[in-house]
Amino acid sequence: MIPDIVLFIILALVAVASAVGMLFSKNAIYSALNLILNFSSVAVLYLILGAPFIALAQVTVYAGAIMVLFLFVIMLLGAERLRRSETLPYQQPVSIILAAILAVVAIYALLFRPLGIEAASVANPDFSSPAAMAEMLFNEYLLPFEVTSILLLVAMIGAIVLTRKRQRRVQR
Amino acid sequence: MNLSNASASLNAILPLVVVILWACALLLVDLFITKERKGLTALLAAIGMLASLIITLARLDLEAVVFNGMVTVDGFSNFLTVLFLGSGIVAVALSYDYLKRMGLEKGEYYVLLLFTVSGMMLMAVASDLIVVFLALELLSIPLYVLAGIATPRLDSEESSLKYFLLGSFSTGIVVYGIALVFGATGTTSLAGIVDAITAGSAGMGLLVAGAAMLLIGLGFKVALVPFHMWTPDVYQGAPSSVTAFMAIGAKAAGFAAILRIFIQAFPALSVDLTPVLWVLAALTMILGNVVAIAQRNIKRLLAYSSIANAGYILLALVPYGQSDVAADSVASALFYLLAYAFTSFTAWSVVIALEQVEGKGLELEDYAGLSRRYPILALTMTVAMLSFTGVPPTLGFLGKFYVFRTLLEGGFPGLAVIGVVTSLISAYYYLRVVVYMYMREGEPQAIRDPWLYIAATASAICLVVLGIFSQPLFAWASQAMLH
Amino acid sequence: MPQEYIPIAVLIILATGLAFLVVAIGHLFGPRRPTQRKGQPYESGMRPFGPGTRRMPVHFYLVAVLFILFDIEVVFFLPWAIVFRQLGLFGLIEMIIFIVILLVGYIYAWKKGAFEWE
Repeated sequence: MIPDIVLFIILALVAVASAVGMLFSKNAIYSALNLILNFSSVAVLYLILGAPFIALAQVTVYAGAIMVLFLFVIMLLGAERLRRSETLPYQQPVSIILAAILAVVAIYALLFRPLGIEAASVANPDFSSPAAMAEMLFNEYLLPFEVTSILLLVAMIGAIVLTRKRQRRVQR
Repeated sequence: MNLSNASASLNAILPLVVVILWACALLLVDLFITKERKGLTALLAAIGMLASLIITLARLDLEAVVFNGMVTVDGFSNFLTVLFLGSGIVAVALSYDYLKRMGLEKGEYYVLLLFTVSGMMLMAVASDLIVVFLALELLSIPLYVLAGIATPRLDSEESSLKYFLLGSFSTGIVVYGIALVFGATGTTSLAGIVDAITAGSAGMGLLVAGAAMLLIGLGFKVALVPFHMWTPDVYQGAPSSVTAFMAIGAKAAGFAAILRIFIQAFPALSVDLTPVLWVLAALTMILGNVVAIAQRNIKRLLAYSSIANAGYILLALVPYGQSDVAADSVASALFYLLAYAFTSFTAWSVVIALEQVEGKGLELEDYAGLSRRYPILALTMTVAMLSFTGVPPTLGFLGKFYVFRTLLEGGFPGLAVIGVVTSLISAYYYLRVVVYMYMREGEPQAIRDPWLYIAATASAICLVVLGIFSQPLFAWASQAMLH
Repeated sequence: MPQEYIPIAVLIILATGLAFLVVAIGHLFGPRRPTQRKGQPYESGMRPFGPGTRRMPVHFYLVAVLFILFDIEVVFFLPWAIVFRQLGLFGLIEMIIFIVILLVGYIYAWKKGAFEWE
């Protein structure tokens, strides 16, 4: 079969290309579609790393639900036709310089490992199987799990409070 | 985890559980409270926090490590829990009449307030980075909504949007930092991080990068320069009662996280981080105080003042790596937070009393002549300004005193000098408010709401009187963090 | 790469291939005689004026956000269902608390009319 490294390189290229495509698309809808491609390729990367549940969550939540919301907003607002906003004159050169510095430092750090950055140890293959993950989530991570539900509740209240129409309240 | 140890865990965080359940119940109860009787919701919210406060006070010396080490209840968390619940109750007192005047009566306001308080309480006990992240979200999301609760008023919407965008950006940086720390140590628990560092199995470069990102992300929350850009706009646009609570609660919670994470997990990194903290603290004090001089709007002035105060609190953390000073570091930071909370609430209640609809009554000129028509308000505001400046015998003076003492113990006289000099600079704009109130002629307008007056005068009295009891308070604040 | 994902990969390839195929067939065999009229958006025979997008009621967004929140909730059910038996009563209580908290939100949203159209 194809070795993992080949798959990884292909997926990495797709992920980077779609990310670049997202940034440079003139049309916001193309950006969103590129982002979906990016999310999907990252999801497959998770699969290669042996994390099927994360991959699934990535597809359903990010590539699915959240991107639907993005597209929804873009289309309803007509944001795809927005003109480019004015940028500060010094913004572009400064950002290019900063990005270049980041790239150089990152390459140096990765190639020469001056700071003792070790390669990640290979996890136990069962470490992130859905069953093992669930065991952990519902035992060790009990508190974070319950707090998540409160977070969702707060988000729900927030969405309703901020969008509710004034005066005319629908009640029964 | 099984049923019996889960219930023991829940028992240890009972005050938090009470607040959360109360908030859920209040959300449903509020559906049946008519718009004219939202005072009942306010009262119920205050009762819930009071109940939680009583439970906390009844077991102040409780110490426990529960939920598989994710939660640590100790003297540190108990102190902060009392601070958060107290701030929450005062915030309800400040809000009730203000919301009525501004036409913002919504029951959800108090529910969201309870939820943000619960997030702060969770932050106080969090001893795992995952819980820190969740607490950060739980305290921030209700604040984003509260900042925009005056919609469709444009400045409130702007405030909410700015706070949301920059806040979620900074939370993203925190998550990135957590990921790097996890990558370096293989754990998110603070105790586990220490173990990994002592065992030598941690990738130190990655760990420093992660710690730096945590500092940046949390620095956004507490408005350290250069991560403070959002503060003036958000504080100005949000309804004043929200701003008052945000300025105190969010800042204290952010510092709770910074203190707990750095002192517990990262003392080994102090060689790298102390210079960074030094520079951040100096920049924050200098910029906050200098820019505040130019402000004519009282809300913006207090926003810059809160930035500057973040710098003073950070001072306490600078020598955190020295094991003999670390305890004083925590104690002086907590004491300063307490002093800051009382001072801010005093100042903000006066601001709320003077604010008129549509953002009127917020300029310095509107304070002219306040001493003639509203002597009590003018007096409390004066106490607050003196405390902000750090004039004895106010609590603000003692807060600064302890912080500077910690700095000198740690051997940073240069930074202490910067702190004293910027305090002197700050006297200019704080005392200018006093000058306006007492020496200029004007026709100020203020409302007479009993709750507001009680909050203002009570916290002003505390500012002066608690100064006498500073020793026991400081001793309480020095109750050790469980390691 | 675990071998058990090969069927999924095949499925993805088939689905993508089919999509291209359908578009290509239509392109190749369908008659195309474009006129200016045909190119216009259909607005019940009227001549279109103004931009196609306009301000939409914020209600649409609210529904979308609520959908996402419940969607995320469902994501948590999946791992729970896998280890449901091992967790026993403890897991059941855990999940009940999770659901009850969200149910509070659901009741609230319902009573506030978030699911109603005018």
